[in-house]
Amino acid sequence: MLTILRKEINEFLDSLIAYVVMGVFLVGIGLLIWIFPSTSVLEYGYASLDTLFGLGPYVLMFLIPAVTMKSFAEEKKAGTLELLYTLPFRHYEIILGKFLAGFLLVIVSILPTLIYYFTLSALGNPTGNLDTPGIIGSYVGLILLGGVFTAVGILASALTQNQIVSFITSAFLCYFLYSGFSSIAEFGGAQADAIDQWGILFHYSSMSRGVIDGTDLAYFFGLGFFLILLTNLIMKRR
Amino acid sequence: MSLEVVGLTKMFGAQRAVDNISFTASTGQITGFLGPNGAGKSTTMKIATGYTMPTSGTVRVDGVDVVQEPLKVKRLTGYLPEHNPLYLDMYVREFLQFIGRAYGIEQLKNRVEEMIELIGLTREHNKKIGALSKGYRQRVGLAQAMIHDPKVLILDEPTTGLDPNQIIEIRNIIKEVAKAKTVILSTHIMQEVEAICDKVVIIDKGVIVADADVKTLKLGDTQVEAYRMVFESAIDATVIAGFEVERISDKEFVARSASKNLRQELLKVISDNELPLSGITKSEEQSLEDVFRKLTQSKKD
Repeated sequence: MLTILRKEINEFLDSLIAYVVMGVFLVGIGLLIWIFPSTSVLEYGYASLDTLFGLGPYVLMFLIPAVTMKSFAEEKKAGTLELLYTLPFRHYEIILGKFLAGFLLVIVSILPTLIYYFTLSALGNPTGNLDTPGIIGSYVGLILLGGVFTAVGILASALTQNQIVSFITSAFLCYFLYSGFSSIAEFGGAQADAIDQWGILFHYSSMSRGVIDGTDLAYFFGLGFFLILLTNLIMKRR
Repeated sequence: MSLEVVGLTKMFGAQRAVDNISFTASTGQITGFLGPNGAGKSTTMKIATGYTMPTSGTVRVDGVDVVQEPLKVKRLTGYLPEHNPLYLDMYVREFLQFIGRAYGIEQLKNRVEEMIELIGLTREHNKKIGALSKGYRQRVGLAQAMIHDPKVLILDEPTTGLDPNQIIEIRNIIKEVAKAKTVILSTHIMQEVEAICDKVVIIDKGVIVADADVKTLKLGDTQVEAYRMVFESAIDATVIAGFEVERISDKEFVARSASKNLRQELLKVISDNELPLSGITKSEEQSLEDVFRKLTQSKKD
């Protein structure tokens, strides 16, 4: 698995994907938090990172599918999948290696935004007047969400050998998993609350209140595990 | 250290790509695996390397069953897939190290250098694979297949698309390593079989139609005499229709018969009809191409 992980990371670094993803994420989020008036913390006047955690998922929704779209699709198209699957790897090693490489890139992209926390902490009145538990919860939530999005991306990539199809499928699936269920719940009805809980948004916003609940963790890990299992099933049927 | 294919069947939907085939390839021999396109060669090789699972039957490498212990078989075999897929963005050395790490090779750096030298990549070792010519890519593919010193080498059309010099070079490499290994290679080129293979397995429509030494196959049925007749101009073939004749062209025919007097009989008919004969020769061996055509075409009727 480490061999695959290493190969994938090298691929990210060689192909500039890593730099582009990190750059776009940080520039985009930076502009939103500090510069653009409608979302800027400086204009808003409250020391909070709500902009990062509110808009972050939507930025990741596009960036993560871009990172993962080639993982299986390209190997299928180039025929290297045959090479990979005749090397002595277990099937799950290949999938986990690819997943972890993507996930690691997402984490590394998110981590530099920790600087914003310290900046805001200094800007607070009095200094340090910040909802620290909420921010910790939100970070955990954002990273777990990144993990689920990566798993969705890998799954979509396993379904096709066309990278564009893979990108669009996974971006849509990410969007649907994130806020689709909440949107459906808005129709109301007896099941509305239950449907709301199927979506990522419900658990993500619950974590951003600073409470890291067992059910929320179980939701993220369960969903991620399920997606990877599904990918494994699809790749076995090659 | 042999490769045994035992009752192998692979279905794609309702189509039988490989239909209950069995054969053995043994150590120190190069086995040529022939057949028309779509006969099931690649499918068989993909099963033998653990890439796809058979519908029934199995392949054993050195006694290890590929269905039950695919990982073990993958360690024992080296595989050069058809079209030789490689990671074009990787450097030669980086790629070989990746493959080597997958096999858990110790002292990987030394082994990679050794492979680069053995396979003749020394001049190109600093390039990205994407920048290599087809011949050198094929070498990288071979290096990849042999880096873990496998007992069995499975090569799917290793010389397709190369120029004549490259073909000779690749063949020499294969011949060299084959001495201590079991090599099975698929090809369309009959000269290749004659040049390097010891044994031939011919498959057509998923069924084995021949499994013999190259020599035996070429001699065919030794009881039968065959004469090749060349005429100065096109002749009316009906006059020699009494014999079992194969038409090569309007002027060239091969007659076969178990009769010892075939030559006299032929000459008699030729002189009786005043046919413009320019030469008649006894053909002792059939070419492999003839054998291949006969075996794989008769089934199509």
